[in-house]
Amino acid sequence: MSETLAFLTMGLYFGGTVLFLTFLLYRSETLSRVSVFVAGAGFLIHTAALGMAIVSTGHLPIMTFRDAMSFFSWGLVLVFLVVGLKRGLQVLGTFILPLAFLSMVSATLAPVEADAIAPVFQTVWVHVTLSILGTIGFAVAFVAGLMYLMQEHLLKSKQFNVLNFKLPPLDFLDVLNQRSILFGFPLLTLGILTGAVSAQLTIGTYLSWNPEQVWALITWVFYFVVLMGRVTVGWRAKRAAYLTIVGFAGVILTFIGILLKSPQTIAPL
Amino acid sequence: MNIIVLGLNHRTAPVELRELLAIPDSRMGEALARLRAYPGIQEAMYLGTCNRVEVYAVAEKSEWGFRELEDFLVATHFSLSSEDLLPHLYRYSDEEAIAHLFRVSASLDSMVVGEPQILGQVKEAYELALTHRSSGVILNKIVKKAISVGKNVRTNTRIGEYAVSVSYAAVELAKKVFSHLQERVVLLVGAGEMGKLAAQSLVSHGVKEVLITTRNQHRALALAERFQGRAVPYDQLRSTLAKADIVICATGAPHFVISKEDIQGAVHQRMNRPIFLIDITVPRNIDPAVKDVDNAFVFDIDDLNAHVGNNQEERLKEAKIAEKLVKEEVGSMVAWLRGLEATPTIVALRKKAEDIKKTELEKVFHRLGELSEKDRIAIEGLASGIVNKLLHGPLVTLKAEAQSQNGFAFIEAARRFFELQEREIHSQEPQPVEDEIDHKVLEESVSQKDEL
Repeated sequence: MSETLAFLTMGLYFGGTVLFLTFLLYRSETLSRVSVFVAGAGFLIHTAALGMAIVSTGHLPIMTFRDAMSFFSWGLVLVFLVVGLKRGLQVLGTFILPLAFLSMVSATLAPVEADAIAPVFQTVWVHVTLSILGTIGFAVAFVAGLMYLMQEHLLKSKQFNVLNFKLPPLDFLDVLNQRSILFGFPLLTLGILTGAVSAQLTIGTYLSWNPEQVWALITWVFYFVVLMGRVTVGWRAKRAAYLTIVGFAGVILTFIGILLKSPQTIAPL
Repeated sequence: MNIIVLGLNHRTAPVELRELLAIPDSRMGEALARLRAYPGIQEAMYLGTCNRVEVYAVAEKSEWGFRELEDFLVATHFSLSSEDLLPHLYRYSDEEAIAHLFRVSASLDSMVVGEPQILGQVKEAYELALTHRSSGVILNKIVKKAISVGKNVRTNTRIGEYAVSVSYAAVELAKKVFSHLQERVVLLVGAGEMGKLAAQSLVSHGVKEVLITTRNQHRALALAERFQGRAVPYDQLRSTLAKADIVICATGAPHFVISKEDIQGAVHQRMNRPIFLIDITVPRNIDPAVKDVDNAFVFDIDDLNAHVGNNQEERLKEAKIAEKLVKEEVGSMVAWLRGLEATPTIVALRKKAEDIKKTELEKVFHRLGELSEKDRIAIEGLASGIVNKLLHGPLVTLKAEAQSQNGFAFIEAARRFFELQEREIHSQEPQPVEDEIDHKVLEESVSQKDEL
């Protein structure tokens, strides 16, 4: 991905973040449109950059930490544009855009590697893609949980302000939370399985019990329990919101762990 | 002759007592006939809503009338004794009684000031009184005026906006918890005015089902019909809570009807699906501690007001304007009543006749020119004779009938036949009450309008 396009995208996401945060404070239609426009422009440039990379290298650029974060960021903005605009919930942007922007920043902060390690086997590539997509699901669940807790707090404390007005209804946020996990969980499961297969192919063992693998398994068990809890004992609404926030914090810790330990490691999970 | 009112309302009596005194429309004829049979009562009207039970009457002597009305109320329900009832009753007579009715009609005496239904209820009470012929000239005049005052207050002050905005707020808040009201079940507890209003606005947003429960099962059935919902026995309130997504509580009971434990149980049964509760009554019916239950959202009337930015100060200002309007109208009503007494009418009638005689005589003398004293006396005598003979009948009848049951009808009729100016009355009658009432009123032949 070219440096210029990356910075341009980051700049637009930053602009979108500022605009969306301002949008939260005022009941202005224009502000909402401008915010969406800026975020959309950033997304188009981002997509173009990804497209160019695919054309030049022949595969989706996700093999470095930097590329992975960039792809993660792209997916988040895509979710915002699809869900937010379809439901008329521009306020989703206020929460997703900062996350996308921060991912881009962390991507640029990561040391530049000489060149992407070419995937030895196809399974590695599949493993990384699935893991990132799963993580996008958990990120959206996190955002939904955060919004849920904010709206819940505003309603409980009877603060009928602009934020209360703009945040979506609680049941919508709970459903978004559930669906995001339902989207992320199978992808994560497949990601882990393909990861194990790749490990077998590259280093000859399915599971080497390195910290990333352990974290990935803990994350998987955690989200499995969250999903089961909803169905069996009614872990929904506020509890689900808390759990998904905790879960995503775990995911972020895994990311940071990977970043600190070995910048050249190929998979985030 | 005195205008009196005896009654109780949401401030003076608990809902259990008010419900005992409720008379269904089907038995209203019998009840009104019973009222009219009291010797001291000349006219009567019964006003019953969930928040008040009042009997308005024209009585010969107010003390006597009050006693008879007490007797009437005690007799409405076999389980009532006067010891139960008396501490809760208020009584007003004459100017105060009129002022009370006007304030009720203007929704100034309502639990939720400005709620629109009371005006319709006053109209219904009036129609029932007309149908069963229990009201007469005086009550008809006063109640019609009360209705027009009520309308006047609604159009000329912003007092009504407030009540409407409260139920709007209830819907808006519900939409912050539930995105699709069409999939939601509403439970209405109690039959309070604001509760019905809030339920109505939710129904108009198309909720899935409306469940209704009140202490009085008949009322629940009637409401179920109105909202096309389902009545639930009151003792099943607790088990029904878990089925409801939205609970509107407006019972008018002076204690908590829904406790924290009830809601904890319901939320547990709902497997943490949020439950949204509106407590629209004062004093509150839902324990405020419910707010500490996760996934339960309870809002009281103050919260609803805060949501729409209804501020207390502004509301009081509007209420003050309304009170002023009411006061003016009471003044003009009292003036009209004073004019109904026999003596001033007789004096006015005599004076009018004298005035006419004098003017006509002056005209004729002027035309005839010089006349002898004898001719003048003869002509004057002729005029006096005609006037006196013509007035004799009406004056005798007025004097005699003024003491009778229908005295005011005669006096009012005389005033209108002879186009007597009511000097005491300076104010003007506002636009007459239109719509469905009027064609019935026409039959009553009198009191359609004052001299302007």
